[in-house]
Amino acid sequence: MKLQEYTASAHNFEECMKCTICTAYCPVVPVNPRYPGPKQAGPDAERLRLKDPYFFNQALKYCLNCKRCEVVCPSGVKVADIIQSARIRYDHTPPKLRDRILANTDFMGKLARPFAPIVNGVTGMNLTKTVLDATLAIDRHRTFPKYSGQSFEGWLKRHAKEQAKYERQVAYFHGCYVNYNNPQLGKDLVKVMNAIGIGVQLLEKEKCCGVALISNGMSKQATKNAEHNIAALRKAVDKGLTVLATSSTCTFTMRDEYPELLKVDNSAVRDSLLLATRYIYQLLASGKATLDFRPDYHARIAYHTPCHLEKLGWGIFSYELLKMIPGVEFTLLDSSCCGIAGTYGFKKENYEASQAIGKPLFDQIRSVNPDVVACDCETCKWQIEMSTGYPVKHPISILAEAIR
Amino acid sequence: MKNEYDVIIVGGGITGAGTARDCAMRGLRVLLIERHDIAAGATGRNHGLLHSGARYAVTDPESASECIRENQILRNIASHCVDQTEGLFITLPEDDLNYQATFVDSCRNAGIQAEIIDPKEALRLEPSVNPDIIGAVKVPDGSVDPFRLCAANMLDAKLHGAQVLLYTEVTEFIKDGNTIKGVRTYNTQTKRKGAYYASVVVNASGIWGHHVAEMAGVHIGMFPAKGSLLIFAHRVNDVVINRCRKPANADILVPGDTVCIIGTTSDRIPFEACDDLHVEPDEVNLLIEEGAKLAPSLANTRILRAFAGVRPLVSADNDPTGRSISRGTVCLDHEVRDGVGGFVSITGGKLTTYRLMAEEATDLVCRKLHIDKTCETAVTPLPGSEGKSFREVAERIWENPTTIQKATVGRLGSGAARMKDNSVLEQSLICECEEVSVGEINSAIERLDVSSLTDLRRRTRVGMGTCQGELCACRAAGLLVKAHDCVEREREDIRDFMTERWKGMYPIGWGDALREAEYTQWVYKHVLGV
Repeated sequence: MKLQEYTASAHNFEECMKCTICTAYCPVVPVNPRYPGPKQAGPDAERLRLKDPYFFNQALKYCLNCKRCEVVCPSGVKVADIIQSARIRYDHTPPKLRDRILANTDFMGKLARPFAPIVNGVTGMNLTKTVLDATLAIDRHRTFPKYSGQSFEGWLKRHAKEQAKYERQVAYFHGCYVNYNNPQLGKDLVKVMNAIGIGVQLLEKEKCCGVALISNGMSKQATKNAEHNIAALRKAVDKGLTVLATSSTCTFTMRDEYPELLKVDNSAVRDSLLLATRYIYQLLASGKATLDFRPDYHARIAYHTPCHLEKLGWGIFSYELLKMIPGVEFTLLDSSCCGIAGTYGFKKENYEASQAIGKPLFDQIRSVNPDVVACDCETCKWQIEMSTGYPVKHPISILAEAIR
Repeated sequence: MKNEYDVIIVGGGITGAGTARDCAMRGLRVLLIERHDIAAGATGRNHGLLHSGARYAVTDPESASECIRENQILRNIASHCVDQTEGLFITLPEDDLNYQATFVDSCRNAGIQAEIIDPKEALRLEPSVNPDIIGAVKVPDGSVDPFRLCAANMLDAKLHGAQVLLYTEVTEFIKDGNTIKGVRTYNTQTKRKGAYYASVVVNASGIWGHHVAEMAGVHIGMFPAKGSLLIFAHRVNDVVINRCRKPANADILVPGDTVCIIGTTSDRIPFEACDDLHVEPDEVNLLIEEGAKLAPSLANTRILRAFAGVRPLVSADNDPTGRSISRGTVCLDHEVRDGVGGFVSITGGKLTTYRLMAEEATDLVCRKLHIDKTCETAVTPLPGSEGKSFREVAERIWENPTTIQKATVGRLGSGAARMKDNSVLEQSLICECEEVSVGEINSAIERLDVSSLTDLRRRTRVGMGTCQGELCACRAAGLLVKAHDCVEREREDIRDFMTERWKGMYPIGWGDALREAEYTQWVYKHVLGV
């Protein structure tokens, strides 16, 4: 008997076997009864939405887009993509002012940078927090990341000449966080790369990867950013450069969300866009590079794998790299969402759920009691620092400290 | 006398249910007897196409004009069962484009609005349609949920005083000379025999009407034509897609609720085969191949199941497939035709024209009983169809309806107002694919004569989704245990239900459907120990 042309459906949501393992692993389901859960919100409801868009349910906004459902799915269903795509396709409610502010990370950065000390002072005040809570529904428990007076872009431009001297080069997608909030991480990357004999250069011009725009219902703007970034990456890749990033979420967004959610083709650059830890680990592990570690370095480090890094499957590179540092006592924390999910946790309506999701992780950190928590994601860092009081550092910064 | 009625209707399909409703609305004392469950025969085994009549415009103008009239009526009286999708008649490169002009003329003669549209416009209207089409005609086709329609008619008949006996077989006619006086029955569940009397007995048993008539000593000469269909796992199309050519195999793709259905084949089968239909591999091949010509993406869309039904055609000649037999109504007064008094047969026809068939049959019954009441079924909405759009109904009942509540309204129309209970338990899901809540299941058990999971499926769509009972059958069984207070009976029920679900999956057992079936088997056999 002749079978169908393809025995597996071309419609990804139809491959769901209803095993419900995604719902069992969803961090939101146990803490928010209003969220229908990934299976229900994703492949199940997709059939109803195809019948009538009226079946779209606003509760889909409770999805963190952590992608844990996709990581555990034995049938390869892109559960979170289905949910996020449905939000893009069917949710036409205009984003609130608050969501616009939270999502436009690069615009806010540009605005705040020249007045960094004042902005940092104001956003740090309890009064401001109370006002933001009451007017914009940004939860008052949250602390805004501090802005830096000097952008990373400006710093690297000033050091471009000395970087150009290195024979081997990589391009660096620094992202909004490094540029406006934490230029030190970018500097740390430059230090490490230089130590293995590689110069770092900027992309011709990068824009925010757009992850916060996507999650706040501004996919059109995100698509524009995506198209811009892919063109910028393309120029670097055409020159034979590998493009590194330090933010796991930016990396994940540009590699996977662009084609899946925004339908922006990234096939020409996708394989050349890597997380810095992966690139460095592979050089060290294959013996193609060595680092000169400080003999007196000592730290008890607990590593938290961000959800999007879990989805990339690259967490292993970050923590194996940390384990290479002599003098490191290493603990790998259980795989578990910290609850912040970018701008999600900043929203007043999500605060409680956000903290409840992160609780197992916070408890484990406290019981491990490390000197420092390591993590590749900036928003996980804010969440863990706020919720546990332990300092959180990027593996690259730790590496930079540990070398001579 | 005990058990005495004005009219006994044999058959709980759409024709019987419609006739029971019409008779009851005209004030008759009505008893409906059905050997299995409602909509268990041809009623529940078709495309669910609300014909515009266009399909028959060229070959069978009389049915065509019946169809379009009834199509318009059902949009009003059965709005919660009807999906006003529109339909396309497409011409493929291999088809004769000249047929289109004949087709459009015939449609217009039959009173069917048929508009030739640009193939590009057709693609815009229905993106899944084959992009190679060279011609397209838009007609007012729609889709109709036959289970819902049948249940609503049955419910309304009961609200007008009719009595309904399900799982009751007619074993013999009670005769006085050449006049039918009533029927003897056997209830297959309680194993009890019964006798019921009426001035008129209406045979509305579809293809099984052949036997019922023979039992009464009358020969109708029916022609059992099997049609096989495939259900796809989601709505590939939103507009009915037909081929613009003489009716042939697998040339209609109908979107219905969350799925779409391609069909049919047409083969004469022996009467003995009507009770146990199987879909053959070559039929599946034909349906996929021809279906992909209508909408190419069907070639790689998951198939949920295959099923077959038997058209209750009445023989006209020796047409081997039955394609050229009229789909028009056959209403026989056996007193005039065969000299058997008090006996009427209503058959032929279409799902779309069931109301007209019921009206004709009821008119005849009323003439026999010397009752002069006009038919009101064409203007009185069915229970559930009082509201306009399902959106409007949903938002009238709940301020902010959830997906489950929206789905409930989609199935029950304004009848969903009974499910107002917002408690966590009542709003919990039984069926995850079709979003059926505990409240909806309980309400069906309470109001719609449910004795098994299969009955429940016909009334609520439980088990009709992608999982085919994997997650819902065991949960629904739990509610039935509570309602019937019997665990043993439900154990058997689950077995029967899952076996029936597997029967439909067997002919298309590959790829995703096979994986899911394997998983389901693991759940039921190894986890639940059924």
